[in-house]
Amino acid sequence: MRIANVSRRSVLLGMGAGSLVLAVGLPPRAQEPEEPVKFGADAMPNGWQDDPNVFISIAPDGIVTVTVHRSEMGQGVRTSIAMVVADELDAEWEQVRVTQAPGDEPRYGNQDTDGSRSLRHFFQPMRRAGAAARTMLEEAAAQQWGVPVEEVRAANHQVTHEASGRTLGYGELAAAAAELAVPDREGLRLKNPAEFRYVGKDSIGLVDNMDITTGHTTYGIDVRLDGMLYAVIARPPVFGGRVASLDDSAALEVPGVERVITIDPPTVPTAFQPLGGVAVVARNTWAAMKGREALKIEWEDGEHGTYSSDSFRAQLEEAVSTADGKLVLNRGDVDEAMAGASERVVAEYYIPHLAQAPMEPPAAVVDVRDGSAEAWACVQAPQVTRLRLAERLGIPEDKVTVNVTLLGGGFGRKSKPDFVLEAAILSQAMGAPVKVTWTREDDLHHGFYHTVSVERMEAGLDEAGKPVAWLHRTAAPTIGSIFAPDPKEKLPFELGMGLTNMPLDIPNVRAENPQAPAHVRIGWYRSVSNIPHAFAIQSFVAELAHAAGRDPRDYLLEVIGPERLIDPSEIGDVWNYGENPERYPIDTGRLRRVTETVADAIGWGRQMPEGSGLGLAAHYSFVTHVAVAAEVEVTDGTVRVPRVEIAVDCGAHVNPDRIRSQMEGAVIMGVGQALTSQITFQDGRAQQDNFDTYLIPRMETAPRQINVHLVSSGGYDQPMGGVGEPGLPPVTPAIVNAIFAATGKRIRSLPVGDQLRS
Amino acid sequence: MISLSVNGEDRQFDGDPDMPLLWYLRDELGLTGTKFGCGIAQCGACVVHMDDYPTFACVTPMAVAEGTQVKTIEGLSPDGNHPVQVAWRDLNVSQCGYCQAGQIMQAAALVDSTPDLTDEDIDTVMTANLCRCGTYPRIRAAIQQAAQAGGK
Repeated sequence: MRIANVSRRSVLLGMGAGSLVLAVGLPPRAQEPEEPVKFGADAMPNGWQDDPNVFISIAPDGIVTVTVHRSEMGQGVRTSIAMVVADELDAEWEQVRVTQAPGDEPRYGNQDTDGSRSLRHFFQPMRRAGAAARTMLEEAAAQQWGVPVEEVRAANHQVTHEASGRTLGYGELAAAAAELAVPDREGLRLKNPAEFRYVGKDSIGLVDNMDITTGHTTYGIDVRLDGMLYAVIARPPVFGGRVASLDDSAALEVPGVERVITIDPPTVPTAFQPLGGVAVVARNTWAAMKGREALKIEWEDGEHGTYSSDSFRAQLEEAVSTADGKLVLNRGDVDEAMAGASERVVAEYYIPHLAQAPMEPPAAVVDVRDGSAEAWACVQAPQVTRLRLAERLGIPEDKVTVNVTLLGGGFGRKSKPDFVLEAAILSQAMGAPVKVTWTREDDLHHGFYHTVSVERMEAGLDEAGKPVAWLHRTAAPTIGSIFAPDPKEKLPFELGMGLTNMPLDIPNVRAENPQAPAHVRIGWYRSVSNIPHAFAIQSFVAELAHAAGRDPRDYLLEVIGPERLIDPSEIGDVWNYGENPERYPIDTGRLRRVTETVADAIGWGRQMPEGSGLGLAAHYSFVTHVAVAAEVEVTDGTVRVPRVEIAVDCGAHVNPDRIRSQMEGAVIMGVGQALTSQITFQDGRAQQDNFDTYLIPRMETAPRQINVHLVSSGGYDQPMGGVGEPGLPPVTPAIVNAIFAATGKRIRSLPVGDQLRS
Repeated sequence: MISLSVNGEDRQFDGDPDMPLLWYLRDELGLTGTKFGCGIAQCGACVVHMDDYPTFACVTPMAVAEGTQVKTIEGLSPDGNHPVQVAWRDLNVSQCGYCQAGQIMQAAALVDSTPDLTDEDIDTVMTANLCRCGTYPRIRAAIQQAAQAGGK
């Protein structure tokens, strides 16, 4: 068996010959590996580190500073990693501070803050770092007292020699401890989880709480340097477009405008290069914006100037209407089973482009001088940013510093450092630090969009209404299109997000991936391809239940099937989120339990008032099992979602409060995807400009009641699942299934919009 | 010359009177707690108090700010302990935190000006402020807690 372990990074870095294997989709088992296959953090670029000297410093006053190397974008990682370290270190939380690591993966290990991986990959290394530091403090105390180390014990920020009653605080021991060798990893004493004071508890507030509530945080957009200039950029309105002519005379007359600089268009594939265009550099943001308005630019649109969502949808629908697509999954004999079925059901689903739209738009400051560059940026992948800056500026990587600010939301957008490169180009030109700020219009017009999909589902049911044949055709532009010239099929990691690892208990299953070209930049968006796959599959299961005349809950549980552990590599998935499929099987028992939990919680089966309904969906993603039950009320065609129950089984918990908050946020984002959010294109131009047309949930449209159920299974020695993303995929199908229960109308095209208005 | 008070300090501005208060606060005064999110009064990340009223700084030209008393998140309370701020921390409302200054300024004005605050009041007023992380249920709970604790 070979598992092609595709991290997001190895896709993006690896467009050389080796990894192109993945992009063109050669059979994954065609080559036998020469080295043992790596999984998890081991397989990520630059792997992991657990050296306490890298992550922990202790000052003479006892203040412990934990260096967090993962980007904070709202998932709470700065707090959660510090909790892990502090717990093993036996530090007092009040004396723990957090500092943010710059981009430096050889030092810190992998820093790609994506894929719901931070604690999944760094819980154990951070435990070891804390435990090693604790051991070093104990050794330093024992040496000072001249007693065997076995006689001393660290606890509560001090080391005690019980026999003599002596104690020394961590601050008093820090200097001596720092001189000691780091103890062997193998001999470390990790805490018994029963002794955890912080991990798994709800007692810890966010480390940034005070700064956030008093306005003293620093995001990328907030960085200010002496002599800094401010820039906004007019980018081609169509992807692949370029400046045909420019008249900047009026712009240069705007008070405060310093210079107008043309940035070259990117080469293809564009990856994370800036889109090019015309930058206005000024003494403040407002002057730059006014200067940009005064630019007279004629654009040459290029080949994507005809991209329109309506016609592209028709193209995708055409693509899924034939059996010509690439075969990506084939178990049993679908054709024969379909032919012998008592009933066949077909449904087609449409999921539009979406924009991550983090509340902080992309923004960065870069200072290029004397053959070096220093950046301050809200980036999810600081090491990638560093590499790209070095490449673009033509300077060695060790001359590039990337300081990671707080991220005002990320959702995948800030995995792409194009905006940092823009600031670097302008700083180099100006000989001064430059801040580039994207407006909201820039963000929505020039994004790395979530793909657009048509998913065609067909099933054959036996006489009892149980599916015996399942055919799934998915057509959607691939993220691979930004890294290779014009690929039209999904990458294995995209297929592995709910399609090739589809665990439902159906004997004959086939999946096909007809071609779909990309006309805009396609990028990661929280939970990525799980969005269309889960929407289609979980909607379709409910449609089959209806066709079979069965209760949707009972039917879903029946289709999930009996409790079993599924090795994803044995059902057709070559990725499994980069994790060892034996250690991280799909567990249908867990999927059943989360489903039963939310169904029970919402009172499944109760009599609903006219216009109200309940819906259910379950989905495995990011090696975590999640189910959602939604209650909707439909009045005059307007949908409200008053209540959502969400259950998550992500293994053991580090920071339960942040698991809950991630689930709450996922529910609300999913409500937007169900009801209102979409990016559409006409003549290659995004038609949504700002939050008046790109509609995301607000206080009055968000569910009043969201109850999160942490269905824990497995101890701290068991693999952890992801948290940031897996909450999202089942939300939208649960809502749409509830709409069907409420109205009898099946929504197959997102968002619901005004489809229910007569 | 435009004169105004920001967090109790008198300020003069002689630049473009069309410049939105937001950019004056952020770029000229370095008060970056007030955030940019949309520029068209659709997201509320820029909400400050102008003469005690919650105001979208992104669409308020400096000419309009003349003679007003502006309060930003940095000046909401001397020690960061307005009941809304305390409730925000108690309930770990924030996720990324970016929109929260605007949320807090909006909520503080609501709590300070509304006796017997209802859920409908929260819906009506707080709908002006977007949060992409989805902290709304906790914002609601924090406002309720702050209202119990008593506003200004």
